[in-house]
Amino acid sequence: MTGTSTPEIPAELQAVWQALEVLADPEIPVVSLRELGILRGIRQTDSGLEVVITPTYSGCPAMGQIEDDVRALLQQQGWDAKVVTQLSPAWTTDWMTPAAKDKLRAYGIAPPQACAEHADDHGGSSRVLRFAARAAANEAIPCPRCGSSLTTETSHFGSTACKALYKCLDCQEPFDYFKPY
Amino acid sequence: MTTATPAATASVDYLLHLADNALVLGQRNAEWCGHGPILEEDIAMANISLDLIGQARLLYQAAAEQMGAGTTEDRLAYFRDVPEFRNYTLLELPHSPPLAGTAASDRDYATTIVRNFLYSALMVMVWESLQQSRDSQLAAIAAKSLKEVRYHLRHARDWLIRMGDGTEESQARAQSALNHLMPYTQEFWTASAFEQAAQSDGTGLDMAGLQADWLALVQDAVAEAQLQTPPSKGFVPTGKHGVHSEHLGFLLAEMQGLARAHPQANW
Repeated sequence: MTGTSTPEIPAELQAVWQALEVLADPEIPVVSLRELGILRGIRQTDSGLEVVITPTYSGCPAMGQIEDDVRALLQQQGWDAKVVTQLSPAWTTDWMTPAAKDKLRAYGIAPPQACAEHADDHGGSSRVLRFAARAAANEAIPCPRCGSSLTTETSHFGSTACKALYKCLDCQEPFDYFKPY
Repeated sequence: MTTATPAATASVDYLLHLADNALVLGQRNAEWCGHGPILEEDIAMANISLDLIGQARLLYQAAAEQMGAGTTEDRLAYFRDVPEFRNYTLLELPHSPPLAGTAASDRDYATTIVRNFLYSALMVMVWESLQQSRDSQLAAIAAKSLKEVRYHLRHARDWLIRMGDGTEESQARAQSALNHLMPYTQEFWTASAFEQAAQSDGTGLDMAGLQADWLALVQDAVAEAQLQTPPSKGFVPTGKHGVHSEHLGFLLAEMQGLARAHPQANW
């Protein structure tokens, strides 16, 4: 696994880094961009300050908003900085901090489980889930409301690209599950 | 990160081939938005389309950067015509059984699922291999796309089995879609000049070398779905060479109409 959830920030840029902490994902306002692993770093280059972000899903519509938010905040604080999008290493939910996972759970979203490396050749054929009921048996996703592991996948694709839709069979509440990516 | 071989840049044609595949299927699948057979599938198709269009954007951006002269991703998506598109013919076909015409009322979800299954089974292998591309930008796009297409494959395979191992009607439709679409997959294995060039300069891969593994993956799912794997023979489509079916023009007309009517529009 390459990359970590906490990039090294030079001392002189700490102030900028701290200021960015108020920015949250527009779809999940309880976690900061840093906690999600979207904010990758800040660097001083010859052409000025650069804030590096990485996209989550290739087509995530929130990325445009996130870029605008970062730019607006920097401008507002008087920093002349550019926002740079970097694809590699590819974002993974494994970068999410434990604190972020707790916040997601409190917000009603089951946090992603660890990204299992796909052992088989073609990624997923052995992990392909046949039916929702068996899916629940394979990877128990605890209900973020009552904690029960008796949950079932309603739909593999949920309200946003990064989430699946689940239902708790104990408390009967539907909930979002942040998929491992 | 260490690279054993020196860096190279994938050709514009090769990038456009990969991008057009993603965009055209993304546009096709998006036709289900608001028309899905059930709400969850409506959302699933919209999500899958978003991923595909996102992948296409990254690839178009890479191609546009290389082309220079003010080329943008929007120009590549909206201002090229049918013969300039390099996608597989399979991906531009309407969501309908053979001989059904193009009327929206004829949309058939089995066709959608079977196509997504055949294509994502291929792309899981393609993206996996392209992670080692000597073009580092393409390798980075591949690493992201792989994560997404694994979910697409899982979704399509799951539904293929539900349909095949389902009712008489769903099984008949799934089998008919397989029979209809399987011959189009021959285009995956015939090498075009730009694919051959990409293979030899290390930015691409040997597509024919994937065929046996791809077929095994397909046959495994088809057997589990209680369906028959039809032979893939007959006419070999030529979409990636720019010679398309009659359907691509209609798809582009819908997709490009707004951008061409208001070329400088912002929204």
